[in-house]
Amino acid sequence: MNRPLRAGACPAAAFLLLAAVPAALAAQAPDRTRPPALGPAPALRLPSVQTATLPHGLQLAVVEMHKVPVVDVTLMLDAGAVADPADLPGLATFTANMLDEGAGRRSALEIAEEADFLGARLSTSASYDGAAIALHVPKRQLGPALDLMADVLVRPAFADSEITRQRDLRRTQILQQRDQPVAMAGLAFPSIVFGAQHPYGRAIGGTEASTALLTRDRVSQFYQTHYRPGNAKLLVVGDITLAEAQQLVAERFGAWERGTTPPAAPAATAAAPTARTFYLVDKPGAAQSVIRIGNVGVPRSTADYFPLQVLNTILGGSFTSRLNQNLRETHGYTYGANSQFAMRRMAGPFQAGAAVQSAKTDSSLIEFLRELRRVRDEVVPQAELDKAKAYIALGLPGDFETTSGSASQFRALLDFGLPLDYYNSYVARINAITAADVQRVARQYLDLDHFVIVVVGDRSQIEAGIRALNEGPISIRDLWGQEIR
Amino acid sequence: MVRHVRTAVGSAVLLMACAWPAQVAAQSLRVPYITFTLPNGLKVIVHEDHSVPVVTVNTWYHVGSGDELPGRTGFAHLFEHLMFMGSQHVPTGQFDQLLEAVGADNNGSTTVDRTNYYESGPANALPLMLYLDSDRMGFLVPEITPEKVDLQRGVVQNERRQSYENQPYGLADENILKRLYPAAHPYSWPVIGSMADLSAATIEDVRQFSRTWYTPTNATMVIAGDVNPTDVRRQMTRWFGGIARGPAVTRRPAPPVNLETDIYATLEDRVQLPRVYNTWHTVKAFAPDDAVLNVLADVLSSGKSSRLYRRLVYEMQIASQVSADAGGARLDGSFEISATARPGHDLNELQLVLGEEIRRVAEAGPTTREMERVLNQTEAQFLGQMERVGGKANQLAYYDYFVGTPDYFQADLDRYRRVTAADVQRVAREYLLRAHRVVLSVVPQGRLQLAATQPGGN
Repeated sequence: MNRPLRAGACPAAAFLLLAAVPAALAAQAPDRTRPPALGPAPALRLPSVQTATLPHGLQLAVVEMHKVPVVDVTLMLDAGAVADPADLPGLATFTANMLDEGAGRRSALEIAEEADFLGARLSTSASYDGAAIALHVPKRQLGPALDLMADVLVRPAFADSEITRQRDLRRTQILQQRDQPVAMAGLAFPSIVFGAQHPYGRAIGGTEASTALLTRDRVSQFYQTHYRPGNAKLLVVGDITLAEAQQLVAERFGAWERGTTPPAAPAATAAAPTARTFYLVDKPGAAQSVIRIGNVGVPRSTADYFPLQVLNTILGGSFTSRLNQNLRETHGYTYGANSQFAMRRMAGPFQAGAAVQSAKTDSSLIEFLRELRRVRDEVVPQAELDKAKAYIALGLPGDFETTSGSASQFRALLDFGLPLDYYNSYVARINAITAADVQRVARQYLDLDHFVIVVVGDRSQIEAGIRALNEGPISIRDLWGQEIR
Repeated sequence: MVRHVRTAVGSAVLLMACAWPAQVAAQSLRVPYITFTLPNGLKVIVHEDHSVPVVTVNTWYHVGSGDELPGRTGFAHLFEHLMFMGSQHVPTGQFDQLLEAVGADNNGSTTVDRTNYYESGPANALPLMLYLDSDRMGFLVPEITPEKVDLQRGVVQNERRQSYENQPYGLADENILKRLYPAAHPYSWPVIGSMADLSAATIEDVRQFSRTWYTPTNATMVIAGDVNPTDVRRQMTRWFGGIARGPAVTRRPAPPVNLETDIYATLEDRVQLPRVYNTWHTVKAFAPDDAVLNVLADVLSSGKSSRLYRRLVYEMQIASQVSADAGGARLDGSFEISATARPGHDLNELQLVLGEEIRRVAEAGPTTREMERVLNQTEAQFLGQMERVGGKANQLAYYDYFVGTPDYFQADLDRYRRVTAADVQRVAREYLLRAHRVVLSVVPQGRLQLAATQPGGN
């Protein structure tokens, strides 16, 4: 079946269709022996960030982008899982989740219905460091959508019936984590790296036991403590001006009580590192093994941010990175291997990982360790360094193409208290990195002797091979990272 | 920014149903373009957008798993992987290396109907993108070796393990498709293909496939972003003009699809909770009822206020998840409703309520408010796609292939604007209530008693 005929196009297109390309032009054979020379890369043009402080202390930042009539509004709060009480992991994420389950005069379903009706996306969430209420909406519906957002922020109901409903749903979701080896690794790895005394080591989505303890009182208390204007920042990106944003927000968020701004979360101490160990989480019948290798890394405030970006791009942060080239493109053990430094307010994890064919688990671990050693032991060749720097620096404009893309870039500045003109010097700072810088941070932050190596897979197929590697002892764990004896 | 996956776009025919672009209210949606065709038959579409200094090249080859033969399932997608392995003037590995070194990303994807490739990066990288794309269009086959085929076969088999076999419910799709379609129909297997067929693919298959499908006449290229159309035309002529046209493409007619009866099947999986899938045949992409079926799917399951979520998850609390998807492809369309039971509930309980809700919408239709809500969501999705040149480029290629008009954005949205509540009611009756379906239960191992059973059956 052939595709349908053209049904008509704009006049310019129709005209050009008639003007066939002269055959003589087509006959000029291009030089294929080397890639074509390129003109200079375009400079990064960034919209500026305008700021204001609203009467009750809420900080506002506005970025104007008028290309498409949409607006992104993000309210960031210091109300993340680092504020979870030790006995109640999962409280911060549950509180964020409850914000839109009934607020103001609307029920849970009415809030969802109204947002959908406006063509808006309204979401509430919490990470380790913070909570966020995010809105993406066509400009013409911004007013009513902000009404909804203000209800969710300032007037959540936390009705008992909704708490119970969401608690039961969460129990089911926790049960279903056992089906997903990636989710299992995502629970076990941080638990072992950070330990239970550190908030980054606790289950952000809660455990079966902690979920049973979630009550209206606990949620309400967490909300009253942490959801305060002095604890928040508001970012507005899109088809809007600062003056418009100020007025729209002041009208709606004015009722938000200032209250007492809670103290910042206390510093936490990660578990002392132990000698390199394999932690095996059994998943009988698994077709692949999910591998996570790493250690405690760095906070976002690290002075080594830029060399670490370059290091990670070389190691596992791009398609041509060493881990992906080795494990995927040379050996075919996996569909993809990668690495990352999760940089948070406190030091987050460094981790490298992949899902590998079960029968190649031991061979894959050999290659992982080989690459992690090599990037420490050998100076990165100049061409590879240049490629990584260019990939980061020249790819930057694409990150600012959409309102939501720009919002996530600027949000990082606000989240971490970075200067608002931070991106203006970003390219220069990447370009200044040397091969010696990369080797220095590789040696400093890849702690080979103390790596936590989590493998979620079919123990009966993979344990003997891992043992034969002779790279460290094996400890058998459950998906929460707890030792099974 | 990390790209690790070259995706076989998932669930067989339910492909193109998701996010559409478009603009709101009185404003008319337009994505201006020019088009020309090189003497070798390669069609080019150029869209200028100077808001950000980026460029994207999006090449559609009009071949997908729907053009495969039994015994070689998954081959279109395996071939996609080989397209990144170097060509006559581009040594193995250099395709990705060269692009990253100028700050560009690239990827490809395969569906039942087409295979696409894109590069996206700073505007000055366009000549490199065209050099690389033309080399693999014109000079790929001599460089393909058995070693390259073996390597990417291994990668694709790991993609299958990662995305299907090692995912809960991951094998549901292929178990539905083989019951929904006759064995000779190319939609009867998933895009990823079977392990056995992937193992059987040979280098001769690669040569044959390339000669048949990877020709200028069977491709459309969209170049979008911060570009000058005159310059694009000159460069396209330079890089692609010398590639031979290739033979005319002929496609086998697909066998007719029709379910004579309801088909019930059960699959045991390593899952905690049972899930049921109901799948019906519908209509091809852009057929008169295609948009209506999408609206029906949204009424049933888009958002927490949708009918199925409200009943099953929120009010009765017997399901943890429910979804309804409509999707039209080149040869056929399908409609699928799935729901996962909560602990202590079985799939017959879910089926009973799903049946009630289908009957309710078939008998009384959606409300005015529901119709407005769905349209507003659809308009917002159209708008979302207008934000990114990559999104616009792919959509131009999609419309060009399916309706022959690249700038079909407004016309596509108008299809949704014309849908009435009575239309939705009618399609619920015609395609769901009065039609046969495949009912697949996926249950935890050893828990067959949780499966859905045929009413009045045995």
